[in-house]
Amino acid sequence: MPFKETKEELLSLLKQMLEIRYFEEKVWELLARNIIKGASHVYMGEEAVAVGAISAIRDDDYITSTHRGHGHCLAKGGKLKYMLAELCGKATGYCKGRGGSMHIADVTKGNLGATGIVASNIPVATGAGYAIKLRGTDQVCLCFFGDGATNNGVFHESLNMAALWKLPVIYIIENNLYGMSVSVERASAVQELYKKGCAYNIPGEAVDGMDVMAVREATRKAVEKARKGGGPTLLECRTYRYQGHSRSDPRVYRTKEEESYWRKRDPIQSFWKRLIEEGVATEEELQGIEKEVEEETNEAEKFALESPYPPVEELAKDVYVVK
Amino acid sequence: MREITYREALREALIEEMKRDESVFILGEDVAIYGGAYKVTDGLYKMFGEDRVKDTPISEAAIAGVATGAALTGMRPIAEIMYIDFSTQATDQMVNQAAKMRYMFGGKSKVPMVLRTQGGAGRGIAAHHSQSLEAWYVHMPGLYVVMPATPYDAKGLLKTSIRDDNPIVFIEHKMLYGMKGEVPEEEYLIPLGKGVIKREGEDVTIVAYSRMLHVALEAAEALEKEGVSCEVIDPRTLKPLDMDLIAGSVRKTNKAVVVSEGYRHCGMAAEIVTRIIEECFDDLDAPVKRITTPDVPIPMSPVLEEEAIPSAKKVIQAVQEIL
Repeated sequence: MPFKETKEELLSLLKQMLEIRYFEEKVWELLARNIIKGASHVYMGEEAVAVGAISAIRDDDYITSTHRGHGHCLAKGGKLKYMLAELCGKATGYCKGRGGSMHIADVTKGNLGATGIVASNIPVATGAGYAIKLRGTDQVCLCFFGDGATNNGVFHESLNMAALWKLPVIYIIENNLYGMSVSVERASAVQELYKKGCAYNIPGEAVDGMDVMAVREATRKAVEKARKGGGPTLLECRTYRYQGHSRSDPRVYRTKEEESYWRKRDPIQSFWKRLIEEGVATEEELQGIEKEVEEETNEAEKFALESPYPPVEELAKDVYVVK
Repeated sequence: MREITYREALREALIEEMKRDESVFILGEDVAIYGGAYKVTDGLYKMFGEDRVKDTPISEAAIAGVATGAALTGMRPIAEIMYIDFSTQATDQMVNQAAKMRYMFGGKSKVPMVLRTQGGAGRGIAAHHSQSLEAWYVHMPGLYVVMPATPYDAKGLLKTSIRDDNPIVFIEHKMLYGMKGEVPEEEYLIPLGKGVIKREGEDVTIVAYSRMLHVALEAAEALEKEGVSCEVIDPRTLKPLDMDLIAGSVRKTNKAVVVSEGYRHCGMAAEIVTRIIEECFDDLDAPVKRITTPDVPIPMSPVLEEEAIPSAKKVIQAVQEIL
């Protein structure tokens, strides 16, 4: 299928996916060197979901993110250096080092935040949708969460409300087949998670989460409908996290064969190949972009490592709004 | 001055603030057509329409989460949770989302919402409809907790809470809705963190809030006849807590009794007693006493229920023990 997008738009999608990939590889390295402390849940393998979906909305639209939120942050306008500074707990990070990996968000860009409690962003996104309805604008909110979150109570409470009130929220399941170690087969009575919308009369769709253009197109359609008052959609993007849940995860619950099957469907390599086959760009142009991303990542590392830690005097600052 | 009920005072505050600011809206179970389980929102949906006075499904977690998301995106929601006992289902949204977002996201987010609820025993409705759970919310950085005892305080504090930029748990008492008191016609606000001396005295300080203020005042009245002069203080807001007022009184009387309808272990009374000991140790002439509900679920039987909650008799006894 030929592209509707401009070359610039297409190359931007590739670049964002590369930025996420390079960022996550850098994070993995810094975790191994113990420069990044605490937990980091990396998004490698799932890049097409955040990039494809967020490319289909406007700057004034909202998203809510998850504990695996680096990709969402970047796709919603985040810059590598402030993201990496945040993961390193530095004062120059998006959240002044207070949030770290699990709460990474540039809230000035309509990213309402990343949560460490699985599923708890779903009602928050629903509330953003209700606020949009009350204000009468045509904004939308994309709500990202994993397969595991669909077994949580607030998923069901929120979908019911969103459908009842026709809220402009697009619920995006990032089905990477595992909630930490427990597979969808062992956790959910329904295997095709997009069907869970039917209890609330919400149209659902399964989407190839390794194909950035498929995610973009499915989101675009859902967004168009939501902007016209057509209510919510449930998209199930089938994808795979290359690494374990976190750095301490030995991945004993899945096979090497399964991992290599998904790696062969890599969202970046396949999109790269397609851009060349369709004559959008040359190999050299794409390599140029990759080189640029590599340099940006190294600069981000330098920036993060050289940045100061937050002053300890500020420990209790910003707990409350103080007039 | 005119006298109105606690319920009418709250209702007036809601009406005035909804007229003043279009971003204020109400959501909760039975708040629209029914007018609220305790009739505080009676008739408001006719005045402001069903979008601004929104009946919700029985989904407490989503009610609190929707309020959080709407507040994050520029609205001023008032979420009604019918009984504080049901708020346990909303607790994750309140303590992990609403309370922490500002801090977690580097001081860049704000969540101006009020969770209105009511608690307390006295109606013989047993363990799931009679609790005083303020300690759960007072414990959480990022939340304020307000508990008015009079119609005047209910109106002034609710108006302030709606205008405040922080998430606030506003806890009414089911036994106070019919209580009448002086409320001026003209507009007024009561600042958070400012307690009030309800009765001046010399011999002992009694700190009490919500319905227990009236129990303390009854005890003080009886003790006066025995020649004991009690100073009764209502902090009105449990967080921020007006320790200056409490400590100033204890430095004068050198004795203190704290009354709370909450459970004993790690309750609000425990916190106030600790603060008095921390700040006034050298001024104390006797151990600080606390009168609370013992660590038992609230029973239905009227005899047992009455035995469970603090009474004027118990307060009098405690004062006499430390004179």
